Amino acid sequence: MHEMSIMQSVLDAAFEALKQSGETRITEISLTIGEQTDIQEIPLNFAFDALKQNTPARNARLRVKMFSTRSHCNDCAADFDHDRFSMLCPICGSVDIALLTGRELRIDGMEADSQPFEGADENVDIFADIIEEARAEAAHTLKDS
Amino acid sequence: MTHIDINKPILDKNDRLAQSNKELLHKKGIFTLDLMASPGAGKTTAILATIEALKDRYNIAVIEGDIASNVDALKIKAAGIPAVQINTGGICHLESDMIRSALDQLPLDNLDFIIIENVGNLVCTTEFYLGEDAKVMILSVPEGDDKPHKYPGIFQTSKAVLVSKTDTLPVFDFDMDDFNKTVGSLNPKAPIFPVSAKSGEGMSDWTEWLVAQIEAKRLS
Repeated sequence: MHEMSIMQSVLDAAFEALKQSGETRITEISLTIGEQTDIQEIPLNFAFDALKQNTPARNARLRVKMFSTRSHCNDCAADFDHDRFSMLCPICGSVDIALLTGRELRIDGMEADSQPFEGADENVDIFADIIEEARAEAAHTLKDS
Repeated sequence: MTHIDINKPILDKNDRLAQSNKELLHKKGIFTLDLMASPGAGKTTAILATIEALKDRYNIAVIEGDIASNVDALKIKAAGIPAVQINTGGICHLESDMIRSALDQLPLDNLDFIIIENVGNLVCTTEFYLGEDAKVMILSVPEGDDKPHKYPGIFQTSKAVLVSKTDTLPVFDFDMDDFNKTVGSLNPKAPIFPVSAKSGEGMSDWTEWLVAQIEAKRLS
């Protein structure tokens, strides 16, 4: 059930973007998922529905674009579609192939507006947590460098 | 209605912290392995046998990931090796922030090699980059030779594959040729090491591969 962690990361990024935009409510979030990531749409939607409660995304819908697997052969320069059980170039048999699509795990964007959302008061803390986390992360990065 | 472009990897935050883990480990010249397998495949036993083979040559530490308990960390500490236990409290995999807090507790200036024992799971562990140099997986003979068909992702993410408990081959119908063929089609570059931590059979091929990785890291 890694979809829960994945979806929490989606929502964290969406709330950060919402905060920067000055809008108040998220109406749609768009993702691109590659088939090789083992992320499935049904548990992803389940996690979305569970985690969006009492947040500015509570009325939002999730749009998921799935990508199949396509690779480029570094030896003969062919591009080809394949499934994950055939990681060889079908033209020249080389193992030196580079994945072009299939491992995407990307948040493309979202739609937002300035309508109030139900449960707005409960949500002040969500932003506070995000800001606090971002500060802690920045401090960590500074400590390393 | 406003459209907002985000265009970021979903695991951006995890990946950025993992990258900072990697830079820290690189600065210290430490080779780091993320060891993945299902519960009961023999991860801790393989780690103990690996430590036994390499402890005179390298300074090793272990980060143990489990949902609960510290039984694994205690086993590693009993072997005289620094160990940090992470309890995920229900999360089915390790993430990079958990690794960072474990690294903060280890004597990094005196280490050559860190083994991260991930939570027992053949699915979720593959998706999270922790800052490691290599992910390696173990499949035990009793689990069956069909697992690469059922859990292709982990076999594709692994830089090497260990087949453990080979001493039990006589009592299980494990078709090693078929297994090698399937893993070869999923991940043609990964070496496969059949090992028995109990009898020691095959362990030297595995540890030789590890030594090559650790040395390459020290020179880089």
